[in-house]
Amino acid sequence: MSLFGKLSIEAIPYHEPIIMVTLAVVAIVGLIVAAMITKYKKWGVLWHDWITSIDHKRLGVMYIILALIMLLRGFADAIMMRTQLAMATSGATGYLPPEHYDQIFTAHGVIMIIFMAMPFMIGLMNIILPLQIGARDVAFPFLNNLSFWLTAGGAILINLSLAFGEFAKTGWVAYPPLSELSFSPGVGVDYYIWALQISGLGTLLTAVNFLVTVFKMRAPGMTLMKMPIFTWTCTWANILVAASFPILTALLAMLTLDRYMDFHFFTNEAGGNAMMYINLFWAWGHPEVYILILPAFGIFSEVISTFTGKRLFGYKSMVYASGAISILGFIVWLHHFFTMGSSANVNAFFGVMTMVIAVPTGVKLFNWLFTMYRGRLRITVPVLWTLGFMVTFTVGGMTGVLLAIPGADYVLHNSLFLIAHFHNTIIGGAVFGYLAGFAYWFPKVMGYKLDERWGKASFWCWLVGFFVAFMPLYVLGFLGMTRRLNHTNTPEWNIWLYIACIGAFIIMFGIVFQVVQLVVSYKNREQLQDTTGDPWNGHTLEWSTDSPPQYYNFATTPVVDDIDAWTEMKEQEQAYQKPAHYQPIHMPKNTPAGVLISASLTAFCFAMIWHIWWLAAVGLVSAIAVFIKRCYTRDVDYYVQVDEIEQIESAHLSRALQEG
Amino acid sequence: MSHSGSQALAQTDVHKHEHDSHGSVKSYLIGFVLSVMLTAIPFAAVMSGSLSSSTTFWTLVTAALVQIWVHLKYFLHLNFVTEEGKASTLSFIFSALIIVMVVGLSVWIIYESNAMMMY
Amino acid sequence: MSAITPATLHALEDAHEHADHDTGSNTVFGFWLYLMTDCLLFASFFATYAVLYMNTAGGVSGKDIFELGFVAVETAALLLSSITFGFAMIAANKQKKSQTLSWLAVTFAFGAVFIGMEVYEFHHLIVHGHGPQNSAFLTSFFSLVGLHGMHVTAGLIWMSVMMIEVTRRGLKPQTVTRLSCLSLFWHFLDIVWICVFTVVYLMGAM
Repeated sequence: MSLFGKLSIEAIPYHEPIIMVTLAVVAIVGLIVAAMITKYKKWGVLWHDWITSIDHKRLGVMYIILALIMLLRGFADAIMMRTQLAMATSGATGYLPPEHYDQIFTAHGVIMIIFMAMPFMIGLMNIILPLQIGARDVAFPFLNNLSFWLTAGGAILINLSLAFGEFAKTGWVAYPPLSELSFSPGVGVDYYIWALQISGLGTLLTAVNFLVTVFKMRAPGMTLMKMPIFTWTCTWANILVAASFPILTALLAMLTLDRYMDFHFFTNEAGGNAMMYINLFWAWGHPEVYILILPAFGIFSEVISTFTGKRLFGYKSMVYASGAISILGFIVWLHHFFTMGSSANVNAFFGVMTMVIAVPTGVKLFNWLFTMYRGRLRITVPVLWTLGFMVTFTVGGMTGVLLAIPGADYVLHNSLFLIAHFHNTIIGGAVFGYLAGFAYWFPKVMGYKLDERWGKASFWCWLVGFFVAFMPLYVLGFLGMTRRLNHTNTPEWNIWLYIACIGAFIIMFGIVFQVVQLVVSYKNREQLQDTTGDPWNGHTLEWSTDSPPQYYNFATTPVVDDIDAWTEMKEQEQAYQKPAHYQPIHMPKNTPAGVLISASLTAFCFAMIWHIWWLAAVGLVSAIAVFIKRCYTRDVDYYVQVDEIEQIESAHLSRALQEG
Repeated sequence: MSHSGSQALAQTDVHKHEHDSHGSVKSYLIGFVLSVMLTAIPFAAVMSGSLSSSTTFWTLVTAALVQIWVHLKYFLHLNFVTEEGKASTLSFIFSALIIVMVVGLSVWIIYESNAMMMY
Repeated sequence: MSAITPATLHALEDAHEHADHDTGSNTVFGFWLYLMTDCLLFASFFATYAVLYMNTAGGVSGKDIFELGFVAVETAALLLSSITFGFAMIAANKQKKSQTLSWLAVTFAFGAVFIGMEVYEFHHLIVHGHGPQNSAFLTSFFSLVGLHGMHVTAGLIWMSVMMIEVTRRGLKPQTVTRLSCLSLFWHFLDIVWICVFTVVYLMGAM
């Protein structure tokens, strides 16, 4: 038993040129960033104002930065897979050997779902939800910081697998018996288990935190049925997180026990049942896709109603449809494994339920169409994403209904048709939604708008690239190509694989243009500045604050009696009014406890992966110790004094009125 | 100074809620006696072995469900009277619904597939 | 601020009403929601047990290894600890410090008896060759019952921390809030135990 468990110099894949070059690039970029921070003396700012911050807006920004970095990583995996498949045709082997390729498609799936989509969604929710309900922060600000760092810890683990050891070669679902110790003896599956476990814990805490926030901290007058629609859809998503993530926790714990302690939950021997893993995985996994998509639906609703200058059509039906989707989302999971061979009754029940869930989704689509009807739609970047979504997602939804027929699924299961289908809904639904939200709320967060021209260019590349990349996959599915192939030898597939590869490169331009857009917007931030706090003539309370919002959000608690609370205030000329007097505001203090706990737990997980038992014990004990110490810290809050509020608010109001 | 101020206010907060949701010695005793009975019945049913197996089974299920309700009411103070009580009760009912669906459907799925495999 | 004037008091009250962080009722409600997620965690293990309990791989089944008399005593210990915790909470809400501490100590003792018995049961099974590695049934049995046991152990650790807190700080609102959370946790574990003894032990021994 060595001091470093299974970890040795052999674990670093120095004979793999692709990985070594990647690591070198990451190291160089990291060094440049560190040098810049040192040069401009920003380490203090980084630590005091960001890393230890418990301000929901800053945590939201950090979530989104994490998501964008992970988008780059996940997309790099995607483009490697597409080029490999375009090169490895007609019997050629391509440039990625199977054991590397298998890690890439696993990492792509895990990163895009868990470390790109989830943090992006949670980041937008973090920034906007408290502002929309007129709250000064979330219910448990410290917990919010801890949640972020747990998610980040998971992301760090999965990226460490690049440099130390390997990642899982099992696909992002990690089905046993393949993921059991006897078939995956390496550390790859352990990285998978612990990265998901730690970030899942963060997500669960976030959900509890935001549910309490929404149920307990709404502005006076804001009944549940007067909450903005984005808040509502996030709330449904949080309910789903609270109900489904424990299943993932349990499932990963069981796989851990199988792998570490020779238990027999899912093994071939001693009566284990691998089907139960698949079953529980999707009992979490299906609600998970609704967790991703529901907040996106909320974003589209906000965008459409803002840019048509109308109220959202059918607000109530939207809320109930989201609720119906949430509940139904819990009784359709078997459609991911019709082919496991349960009885016809089981397959029929889940097939029918899957088709039923299309109904509330259809209700939403018509609500958006009716909102636009007779409106004056301003074609801005968020609106483009929304329109692109409505077309793309409808296609994805319809192919989903095809897959919901068990008989058809027996043919299409695990084919590229399936891959095309879920990318169609997740990119066309969730990602387009988050990018719409990114463009829509960017001025609120940063104080200046994004450059329209580069934004539009990026949108068109994404949209066109998406169709070029994924429509061929439907065809390939029909032609019989299954997923996770490393190379092919069927000449009639070749042309479609080439087209799909071109599509991926078009999407790459979309991503490049987004980066360019950020740089250009930053350079032109003076011209693009938003002085009013309300650049789009918005409807909801987040637009009543300054851009970026004051750290205490609201100087006085707003009183609400309409869904479109800010519109009503503007109409009744109550907007930008100075109240008679301000009162001191009770605020929480920043704390390093969250990042310390998470660092300890990340060390614990890393140690568990490599069987470094002493480090695991140290990590766990120190996490608990920091937590208990935090519980007994008395100096956790302070009051913002009236003169400071007065000063900040006067500056905001005079700027807003000057423009207005 | 400000800190002790907020503590004092929090104190009044606690007193406000005290009488409605924390239960009394009497209600705890009622709950305890009921739950002792509801534990004794199923244990007796199984240990004596005098009932038929389906009667035993349904006795167990009924006693467990009633006992869960007793604990929720007398020990966890769930209710529909206060605002807090409503929120807690509804969240419990929702969780129970999800549990019934997840556990029930999982068992159905796996048992049916076992049957298909003539396991 | 050298003295609290009525105006500042009012201001503080206003701030407290609308934007205070971590007020007692938020904490208790948040903790309750966490417990609901914990329900789902247990539900997953119950579902797995329900699926795997017949898969004894030629080894022992529940009927062979469960001793209901023993389980009845365990159950009694847990039930008694529930009502004694209830009395501790009544005392805490009346700000009776020493009474609270005594009832907590009694509760701790009952909880420790329960855990001691469970450890004995597990040890007994393992030394007789019925450890969790022997069959899927034993795997799921040990995991489900062990998960509950780990929760109870966490509750005991939490309870000892709370006893120190009550001794040192008395029954300030924050402490009472924490006791309320622990009380929810403790009673919740009781409910889980009802499901465990019904589904695992009684149905298993039928």
